[in-house]
Amino acid sequence: MSLELRNVGRVFNGIPAVTDVSFSAKPGEIIGLLGTSGCGKSTLLRAISGLDNEYDGEISINGKTSKMIHRETGFIFQEPRLFPWLTVLGNVTFGLTGEKQEKEQLGKQYLEKVGLSGNEKLYPKQLSGGMAQRVAIARALVTSPEILLLDEPFSALDAFTKMQLQDLLLSIWKAYQTTIVLVTHDIDEATYLCDRIIILRGQPGEITKEIKLEEKRPRARGSKQLAEIKTEILKSLDLNKAVDLTTV
Amino acid sequence: MEKIQGNVPSVLVHDKDSAKKRTKKKFNVEHLLLGSIIPAFLIIAWEIFSRLGVFPSYMLPSPSVVLGTIIGLGQDGTLAGHIGITTYRVFAGFILGTIAAVILGSFVGFYQKAERLLDPMIQAFRSIPSLAWVPLFILWMGIGETSKITMISVGVFFPVYLNIISGIIGVDRKLIEVGSINGLNAFQLVRRIILPASLPSFLTGLRSGLGLGWMFVVAAELMGASQGLGYLLVLGQNTLSPETILASIILFAAIGKLSDWLLKIIETRALHWQDRVAKL
Ligand SMILES: Nc1ncnc2c1ncn2[C@@H]1O[C@H](COP(=O)(O)OP(=O)(O)OP(=O)(O)O)[C@@H](O)[C@H]1O
Ligand SMILES: [Mg+2]
Repeated sequence: MSLELRNVGRVFNGIPAVTDVSFSAKPGEIIGLLGTSGCGKSTLLRAISGLDNEYDGEISINGKTSKMIHRETGFIFQEPRLFPWLTVLGNVTFGLTGEKQEKEQLGKQYLEKVGLSGNEKLYPKQLSGGMAQRVAIARALVTSPEILLLDEPFSALDAFTKMQLQDLLLSIWKAYQTTIVLVTHDIDEATYLCDRIIILRGQPGEITKEIKLEEKRPRARGSKQLAEIKTEILKSLDLNKAVDLTTV
Repeated sequence: MEKIQGNVPSVLVHDKDSAKKRTKKKFNVEHLLLGSIIPAFLIIAWEIFSRLGVFPSYMLPSPSVVLGTIIGLGQDGTLAGHIGITTYRVFAGFILGTIAAVILGSFVGFYQKAERLLDPMIQAFRSIPSLAWVPLFILWMGIGETSKITMISVGVFFPVYLNIISGIIGVDRKLIEVGSINGLNAFQLVRRIILPASLPSFLTGLRSGLGLGWMFVVAAELMGASQGLGYLLVLGQNTLSPETILASIILFAAIGKLSDWLLKIIETRALHWQDRVAKL
């Protein structure tokens, strides 16, 4: 599904959080949103998902402009947001419809993919932070949404699990041609996964740069090309200057 | 998880007390033994002093006499009737009050219009001490079962109502968002997220409500009854037999505790998923 943002902005209590963001995503494209903390990345994702509908500008999905929640979107939040009264399996199958047995079978498959098989019967209170986040990831992926919005999905995980789940995300993308918008702080993650990286900066947040990555996936982690792009991103984020601004 | 309690302080204290016990489940037996040392000692001392004639028996009969009274009531067959009718009144009032509270509470919790329309009025009624209604209810409905059960249900209503509302309002918006993104409609949101999420608060309300129900049944039966534990209180007073009064008090305590214990078991079963230690 295609996605288009036209001059999207959001004002909270008279204070603008993001202004004038426009970009579009072709079906099956992976877009990365990169930027310093508080520049409005989560705010943008919420607007795209329809959870927030008090933004300015227009967002259209598959050419249709609407401020409603779109049925085919999946969202992985910055926190796990599991239902404490459901088991791990119950949480994963929450968004599925249909026969119980089929739901549970599918749920188990995805739990295995995120490395949690055997933990189906646990309750959220028995999970570690990383396990909880992996359950949340399985819950969002199991419905195979056509647009997937991810808000720093892997930031609570160890480096190894993180890489595994990035590859899981890619395999799902490959199977379903999912359009993905990924918010991340991790530049390596962005260069490994994305077709395009959009860099936001400032308060209110604005787009400062868009970087296109032509390299085919799967990409080699830590390759020369990716390292070059990383340097470019670091330059455009201009981190030294940003630090100066915040300390003044 | 203790949210809004009834307006009677004794209920509040009671609930905190049971919350404390929850954390010490492992030491239950030890706890029980430790907790019964002082009462056992006091009862023995009471028995000894009564036998020595330190307490005049027409004021404070000995524990064995009180126990004898309870056994005597049991043997002549009236005990079951007294307990039965009192329990029935509490139970009926509890059910009625809870139903009313669930209906009004969910309305007010879900619909802002209903809240603006109804809540100020209900809050105003709440500030009336519920026992003040008694004369009016008797005037309207006589001193039969109807007025008694109505009174008890009024007592049960408020803690249940308040806890339902606070439960519904307190549901984490972030969890509701997960439901919305999964395409749930309003009805599904209520059933799959809001109800389970507000269950802890609802159960707290039920336990407070039940405690108030037992308090109100005493008041209702004191007003006039021909049977029931409260009637035994009046009977004891009129026949100058403190052992009957004490027997009734002990039975009230035992049955009240038993019913709360049953609710607590239901609560523990229903809320096994809660991360309790973190919440206390
Ligand atoms: N509900 C809200 N009410 C008021 N202000 C808000 C609200 N949500 C976000 N903001 C403000 O909007 C700005 C952007 O917030 P947002 O959560 O989008 O940042 P972010 O880019 O996701 O940051 P991070 O990387 O730390 O998650 C912040 O200044 C924040 O204070
Ligand atoms: Mg954020």
